[in-house]
Amino acid sequence: MLDYIIRRLLVMVPTLLVISMLVFVIIQLPPGDYLTTLVQEYQDRGEQIGEEVLAFYRDNYGFGEPMWKQYLLWMKGILLEGNMGYSFAYEMPVSDVVGDRMFLTILVSFVTIVFVYIVAFPIGVYSAVNQYSPGDYALTFIGFIGLATPNFLLALVLMYLANEWTGASIGGLVDDHLRDAPMSWEKFVSVLQHLWVPVIVIGTSGTAGMIRRLRANLLDELHKQYVVTALAKGVPPKKALFKYPLRMALNPFIADIGNILPEIISGSAIVSIVLSLETTGPMLLRALETQDMYLAGSFLMVLALLTVVGNLVSDLALAFLDPRIRLGAEASK
Amino acid sequence: MTTGKPLDHFVNETPFDPYSATKLTPDQERFYLSSQWRLMWLKFRRHKLAVWSGLYLVLVYLSVVVSEILAPYAFTARHTDYIYAPPQELRLFHDGEFVGPFVYPYDVSLNMEELRWDYRENMAAPHKLRFFCTQDDFEGARYAFWNLFETNFHLVCPAAGSQFFLLGTDRLGRDILSRIIQGARISMTVGLIGVTISFVLGITLGGIAGYFGGAADWCVQRVIEVIRSFPSLPLWMALSAAMPVNWSPILVFLGITVILGLLDWPGLARAVRSKLLALREEDFAVAAQLMGAKPTRIIGKHLLPSFTSHLIASVTLAVPSMILGETALSFLGLGLKPPVTSWGVLLNEAQNFNAVALYPWLLWPAVPVIMVVLAFQFLGDGLRDAADPYK
Repeated sequence: MLDYIIRRLLVMVPTLLVISMLVFVIIQLPPGDYLTTLVQEYQDRGEQIGEEVLAFYRDNYGFGEPMWKQYLLWMKGILLEGNMGYSFAYEMPVSDVVGDRMFLTILVSFVTIVFVYIVAFPIGVYSAVNQYSPGDYALTFIGFIGLATPNFLLALVLMYLANEWTGASIGGLVDDHLRDAPMSWEKFVSVLQHLWVPVIVIGTSGTAGMIRRLRANLLDELHKQYVVTALAKGVPPKKALFKYPLRMALNPFIADIGNILPEIISGSAIVSIVLSLETTGPMLLRALETQDMYLAGSFLMVLALLTVVGNLVSDLALAFLDPRIRLGAEASK
Repeated sequence: MTTGKPLDHFVNETPFDPYSATKLTPDQERFYLSSQWRLMWLKFRRHKLAVWSGLYLVLVYLSVVVSEILAPYAFTARHTDYIYAPPQELRLFHDGEFVGPFVYPYDVSLNMEELRWDYRENMAAPHKLRFFCTQDDFEGARYAFWNLFETNFHLVCPAAGSQFFLLGTDRLGRDILSRIIQGARISMTVGLIGVTISFVLGITLGGIAGYFGGAADWCVQRVIEVIRSFPSLPLWMALSAAMPVNWSPILVFLGITVILGLLDWPGLARAVRSKLLALREEDFAVAAQLMGAKPTRIIGKHLLPSFTSHLIASVTLAVPSMILGETALSFLGLGLKPPVTSWGVLLNEAQNFNAVALYPWLLWPAVPVIMVVLAFQFLGDGLRDAADPYK
């Protein structure tokens, strides 16, 4: 098992390296860089930018150097000093800007995954056991609608309805007066009160997909001969469902974290823009628009890292839970 | 031995046919002898929802060809007297009498308290809609068909000098129904072009990985892994933000479709790869190899046809994600730019929450998005079930 973990960790390293290169290339793609934007800004205001400011940026961030040198400089900062660069728009180190928002993003994603599981599990089991019943059809149909509706639209509609019925604004993640307050019990409660809307909105499509997969898997399993045998022998139907088929059908639940996580992070990016949550989405959009390259790059990098780590967790959990995978990994040694 | 009553059970006089159990009815015979594609069609036909979805999509794509005619107004027409006009109700009866489809004209007044226009229906006289009209007597009648020649033929149009805003108007006084019909042209093609790109990439790379295995397979697998570990939307956002601002809207449109296509192929490549890995061990593949066929021929002629149906199904299922992706990007303002009009561009107007609360009809463009995505999903499901008719 330890071997498996180590090997799995080692595979991550090249993946992350390639991702970091890709991210760097992407944020370098737009013509010009932040310096040209800055000089332009000063010129528009009719001022001259100080030569020492330019020199400072050039020295520290390698503007004007070839791309690979800038990349190495950036990587060196991340690996050796944990410094992801400097946000020019905020005039702060990226890690200071990102930190709080990253925490909220992780919180939203985590709660959403829990939501997806809690909702998808009973519904999936119900529709598999009562295949082709009216309930199954109704749930499948709702699931399809969930898959087909763009997230941002659901957010807009929910906001509209909440506004119509209660007159309350559900945008944001905390009440306005607590926004800049340090973390406290009050703030925590306020976050929880606001959290349900984005969680439902982001979770719908993931839930719909999960229900479909669980239903299909469980159906495959239920038609196997051992289940028929068990039922024929007189095993109570409940036991014949929970003892083996359900456990088998649960595998994709864990394996799917890798699929669901990028979906959820994508979803949360756009939903948080609509609902103006203080997560990474709106800031990423702004950073991309103003070519605040280190900020945008770090966001992309951290989001990708989240997914890679999520994949790792799901693989490890799967190996832990499913002896076939664990033993298969050991046998292939 | 006595001769008594006849036996009281039935005895069949016809000679016994030893083949009766294995003989096929004409129906069965036709079924067993029909080709693979015919079997698929038979199986697909039973999936009613998929058949209807397919028909619906064909209709939508046909409508794209003649959008200008279907729309009541020219796409560029602005009705400056009717800014943010709510949808007009389509009615059939006036004063308890059947008149045929008509609308009541709007009385417009300025609401000074909320600083917005108030629209009230003027119930005095019905304004009947006209069909197959070629008149010039209402605003926005003339248009250039596909930008080629100018005409004024509309399938349906308002009465002379009147208005017909079935779904309301937007902030510039443009008819939303006409704009939705126009948007279909772009939104539907984005899906097709994007899928074509991802299809070509997916088959080529998946084919290389699956057929040759080894190092090629390893490389493709790693690339897939990297692409899949990016959350798609932020990546799309970054790439479309990277497009130069001075690009023309058409170039941006092409750029967006290429971006969507470039990032969507891993799913297809995986499917192709796993199928090829299994199939290349089959006897017929080995035989072709031994007879000196080149890899492209073996893949193209012998292996691909055995899972074309699966490929068609996966491609159909990939279109919705393209359409949704374009919609999301344009909604954020990172995708297509006016004057190119897609459903996402239309929804961009609804980005502001206050606009939605005041003018909820701005959300109408979402309905065709959902319907088209659902239709593709159902069609894809039906095709996937039919793809393996022997099961």
